[in-house]
Amino acid sequence: MIRINIRKKLNTGGPSPGLIIDTEIADHSFTALYGPSGAGKTSILRILTGLMQPEEGMIEVDGETWFNSQRKINLPPQKRNAGLVFQDYALFPNMSVKENLLFASAQKDAELLQQMLRITGLTEFQDQKPHLLSGGQKQRVALARALMRKPALLLLDEPLSALDQQTRIQLRQELRQLHQENNLTTLLVSHDKPEIYTLADQVISIDKGTIIRSGTFAEVFGSAPSNALTLRGEVLRINQTLTNYTADILTGDQIMTIPLTRDLAKTLVPGEKVTLTFQLDGTVIQKLS
Amino acid sequence: MPIDYQPLLLTFKLALITTIGLVVIGIPIAALLAQSRSRLKSVVEALVSMPLVLPPSVLGFYLLLSFSPAHFLGHTLQSVFNLRLVFSFSGLVIGSMIYSLPFMVHPVQGGLESLPASLREASYTLGKSKTETFFKVLLPNIKPALITGIVLTFAHTLGEFGLVLMIGGNLPGVTRVASIAIYDAAESLDFHAANVYSAILLVISFITLLVVYLVNKHLAKKRLAI
Repeated sequence: MIRINIRKKLNTGGPSPGLIIDTEIADHSFTALYGPSGAGKTSILRILTGLMQPEEGMIEVDGETWFNSQRKINLPPQKRNAGLVFQDYALFPNMSVKENLLFASAQKDAELLQQMLRITGLTEFQDQKPHLLSGGQKQRVALARALMRKPALLLLDEPLSALDQQTRIQLRQELRQLHQENNLTTLLVSHDKPEIYTLADQVISIDKGTIIRSGTFAEVFGSAPSNALTLRGEVLRINQTLTNYTADILTGDQIMTIPLTRDLAKTLVPGEKVTLTFQLDGTVIQKLS
Repeated sequence: MPIDYQPLLLTFKLALITTIGLVVIGIPIAALLAQSRSRLKSVVEALVSMPLVLPPSVLGFYLLLSFSPAHFLGHTLQSVFNLRLVFSFSGLVIGSMIYSLPFMVHPVQGGLESLPASLREASYTLGKSKTETFFKVLLPNIKPALITGIVLTFAHTLGEFGLVLMIGGNLPGVTRVASIAIYDAAESLDFHAANVYSAILLVISFITLLVVYLVNKHLAKKRLAI
């Protein structure tokens, strides 16, 4: 069980009350921290690892106090058994993959090294320097390195954001597997809903430094099953024939031709943003205000 | 008249000892400045950079005063350690170290500041102390900056003149370095000797700087530099 109850001023400017977080994270859970940029997600990870210090409050991990402002306890990052995977991976350029991993292991555990290399599929790259690796491989090294310390808590700061779609989907599965096999408690910072949906069993949604909602994916995002699908798009062209009007609308990278009423066709212009709602009983097109 | 190579040997000895001394004290100063957020940082940075703008004779004049046995520092050194810094080789070493300090500190500080903070932080979260992080993660990743600092310090000390003249004088085998010997030879119209000393200094300075640029280019290619 991880208990966090902290306050921290943030230098974001404006009248922000800062970061005020009070929550608990269950053992072996996979929790996602969701929120817009500047909400304080990364700050929470930095506070947990001890790289940043809150003004007041306490952090307790499995009964061990990592931080307590009243009792003046503040374990340095070195003494906190947390593995942080940085957004930029932070691999040491002077060390090979193997050396990066061994650096993290105080006992230079060769068996664990081989195991980690095998799980992450890096065995054949173990003697390469990080700059020769692809983004996905770098991410795996960063992950394996964090796990070499057998952390009580694994912290991931937008770990997949810099990767291409295919690698991202593959790494999602590997992350999920690593989490389960190693009995980890994992905290993932992400603003990617598909990622959260596939990985996390708990979501903490943060905005402007405070928790606005927490619970399961459905509880936080209120995704009650619906019989409608809404897309956003941009009007490319209005087509007029003798009898009817249609609009070519771009959604994502697809162009759809949607029938229009005469009135709507008069008011729409190319370049305009619209929403398309597809329901069982028809399509509704609406201007975005 | 045969050429006396002693001034050249003395110059290299001085440059070598100064460089070793500055590796030992310049790198820690650079590391402290790179990490410091103190208000005093700017004051220390200004002090370290002073030799870049001051005429060497100003620096030499104050060192001469403070090293002189007539003043407190010189007197204490002489009476307690039996160390005399005016017109002596040890005095030259100390003077050169102050004079070349920015040439060691600036590149190393710049190198350390350009490393992403996450490297240091990652090392801390992996349980490594500040010292271990510094020697195993930070220093190995600023090799080009280290080489630049070391070579510039060495080359800069080779060319020292005003400071040596002020605190060292012109004692053969003790303080008569190449730049002084050139001045001396030219003054006494021994243009042959002046030519030989000058040409040797010129070639060696060029080669030293060329090596820095070649090595740094090579390191950048290997992308050891980030």
